[in-house]
Amino acid sequence: MVEAAPTDLLRWIPLLPLLGALVHGVLLGLLRRGLPRGLVIALSVGAPALAFGVTVAAFLRLGALPPGTVALIDEVYTWIGAGRLVADMAFVFDPLSAVMCLIVTGVGTLIHVYSIGYMDDDHRDDGGFQRFFCYLNLFLAAMLLLVLGDNLLVMFLGWEGVGLCSYLLIGFWYGDRWNAYCGLKAFVVNRIGDFGFLIGIFLIVWALADAGATLDFRELRAALPAIAERTVAVPEWLGGSWRLTTLIGLCLFVGAMGKSAQIPLYVWLPDAMAGPTPVSALIHAATMVTAGVYMVCRLSFLYAEAPGASAVIAWTGGLTALFAATIAIAQTDIKKVLAYSTVSQLGYMFLAAGCGAYSAAIFHVGTHAFFKALLFLGAGAVILALHHEQDTDKMGGLRTRLRRTHAVFLVGVLAIAGVPPLSGFFSKDEVLLSAWLAHEVPGHTWLWAIGVATAALTAFYMFRLHFRTFAGESRVPAEIEHHGVHEPGPTVLWPLYVLAFLAAVAGFLGLPQAWGDLLGIPESNALSRFLGRVLESAHHHVDHATEFALAGVATLAAALGIGLAWLFYVARPELPARVRAGAGALHRLIANKYYVDELYDALFVRPLIALSDRVLFRGVDAGLIDGAFVNGSARTVRVLAEDALKHLQAGLTQGYLVTMVAGTFLVLAWLLSS
Amino acid sequence: MVPLEHVIGLSAILFLIGAIGALTRRNLIVLLMSIELMLNAANLALVGFSRAWAEHDGHVFVLMVIVVAACEVAVGLGIVIALFRNRETVNVEDVSLLKW
Repeated sequence: MVEAAPTDLLRWIPLLPLLGALVHGVLLGLLRRGLPRGLVIALSVGAPALAFGVTVAAFLRLGALPPGTVALIDEVYTWIGAGRLVADMAFVFDPLSAVMCLIVTGVGTLIHVYSIGYMDDDHRDDGGFQRFFCYLNLFLAAMLLLVLGDNLLVMFLGWEGVGLCSYLLIGFWYGDRWNAYCGLKAFVVNRIGDFGFLIGIFLIVWALADAGATLDFRELRAALPAIAERTVAVPEWLGGSWRLTTLIGLCLFVGAMGKSAQIPLYVWLPDAMAGPTPVSALIHAATMVTAGVYMVCRLSFLYAEAPGASAVIAWTGGLTALFAATIAIAQTDIKKVLAYSTVSQLGYMFLAAGCGAYSAAIFHVGTHAFFKALLFLGAGAVILALHHEQDTDKMGGLRTRLRRTHAVFLVGVLAIAGVPPLSGFFSKDEVLLSAWLAHEVPGHTWLWAIGVATAALTAFYMFRLHFRTFAGESRVPAEIEHHGVHEPGPTVLWPLYVLAFLAAVAGFLGLPQAWGDLLGIPESNALSRFLGRVLESAHHHVDHATEFALAGVATLAAALGIGLAWLFYVARPELPARVRAGAGALHRLIANKYYVDELYDALFVRPLIALSDRVLFRGVDAGLIDGAFVNGSARTVRVLAEDALKHLQAGLTQGYLVTMVAGTFLVLAWLLSS
Repeated sequence: MVPLEHVIGLSAILFLIGAIGALTRRNLIVLLMSIELMLNAANLALVGFSRAWAEHDGHVFVLMVIVVAACEVAVGLGIVIALFRNRETVNVEDVSLLKW
């Protein structure tokens, strides 16, 4: 059991953004009272900034703790006390949640600042500007609840909260039905995942019922050996018997699949781009979608005991990474490319987590948060400059016209492509190394190969996006030119500068030891040592030569991707059309995202809607409940009264009297006889 | 002293006479009289028990019943008069409007 020091600082981290959201919610939702923009900005950008300050303070206090104490605990009150199951509203600040919390509040604050500029032209009469910041603050509060929660229930509360905010913000411009549909899709797909998460929680409570049920992470860790050897019966074609930890791990991972957009539940994330761009950056790239990775790392002690579940995670992650990367190649919408790229990078994180390299997964969460937020916000700046045009077919040649945006966007592209020494290079190498070393995962060398292939594809599609947006001839249509193409204002650009700096240098926080030795830095991987205090780690040893060789292969793959992109979109711009013509069917398949949406539509959505409409609505609801139960019971009473019972009420006083006397005698007789 | 059994016996006989009258007679005034008879049968039983147990509760109760009976007769006769003025009958079988 890890020692923890009590504090009452942590509650303020989620509470501050929550207060911001509540003020707006009460004013706008209940009182229909709008606030002046200056006040909205001060309140909603101030709250996350303050939360970031509190996080830094907590971080400093964490560093000053005596050795052996690795966490701050804030137990606010007992939230649920149901018999032997007690869940406190408690927050934990250990190295894992500290890193996540710094990312969430830090990147969150930057994106709030960015949103001031981005949402400036929102002048709708439903208080759009204020409503946006209300949702954004509410999201931060829920996300911090998720990250800081000291037990699975508080985490689940945050988990649902971020899902709700995601739904509200995807459909923020609800005037367009398509946006509302996308929000609904995200919500429903997430519900499927959440169902698995809930089953996982129930399984834990059930398994620990004899030992005293607990959902507290530290107590779970201590109680786990008691159930580690238990098995459960599963159908014969699944092997007949599973370890209980594997079953729990898989159920919880279904939740992670939904939230973190893994195969087969990734379909909502690309459509989530219907929301405003800051939302895509904050929720659907930097923070919320990494919640699944965070959950797996938070429960690393469980997954270390569940090799089957870990292998499933690693393979799901690897396949998702490759699958989404191939789709990203043929997309033309600037945000769609980034969305599939996010799905792919999330796959990387799960690949690392499944291979037991939890700190590598969190490292990639961090660097990805920086460079993907940067890329989304950069894309937002382009979209803003082009008056909400997102199609890269109508861009091109913007390098000279949006110089600053181009420069910061290039930093992000280089970082995600894995060009040394930017952050993506180091974190991606850590992920690939973990796959290379994970002997306990079946087919781990194949996973490594998939990772390298994905790295090449990533470099290719990111540079394709970059070249199509910023290089070559301008394809901007005349009606957009008519309004003028200008670089956005300082509130949009400054967050980009900060993020570009972070995306460039964050990799040195997790500098692998091989590089540290080369540069003469002892114990260079600060992040890994910091996280190692709470995360499980598979102690694989590898010599530096192998490590450099693997890094070399990955860098070559990235260089290949960049070179190809340059050849296709700068040197020989006629090539893509010829390739398209040559591989028409394949191109159509990829451009249409493998028809997965259509497949799900035919397999699940349509049958479900048909079932709901014909059977559940017309049959059960209208027929059985309305017809038989509601109207049926009323009709029965009416018929009974009309045809039979009314004759008892004849209006003759003495008739009633006879009944009364007879009744009295009956009661008397019954009393006397007994 | 009159034994309790005799008092209760008389009370029961009076009550039965009243009950049969209330069930069989159709004249509203006779009906009211029958009800009075039943009330007084109850009074007699109360007084009898009160004496037998040497407690005063029964006497107090009887006074209450007499007051209530007086009120009831006042209201009842008022209704009978109102009815007769409107319908020129005091037969209960002729007043059966309050039904389905």
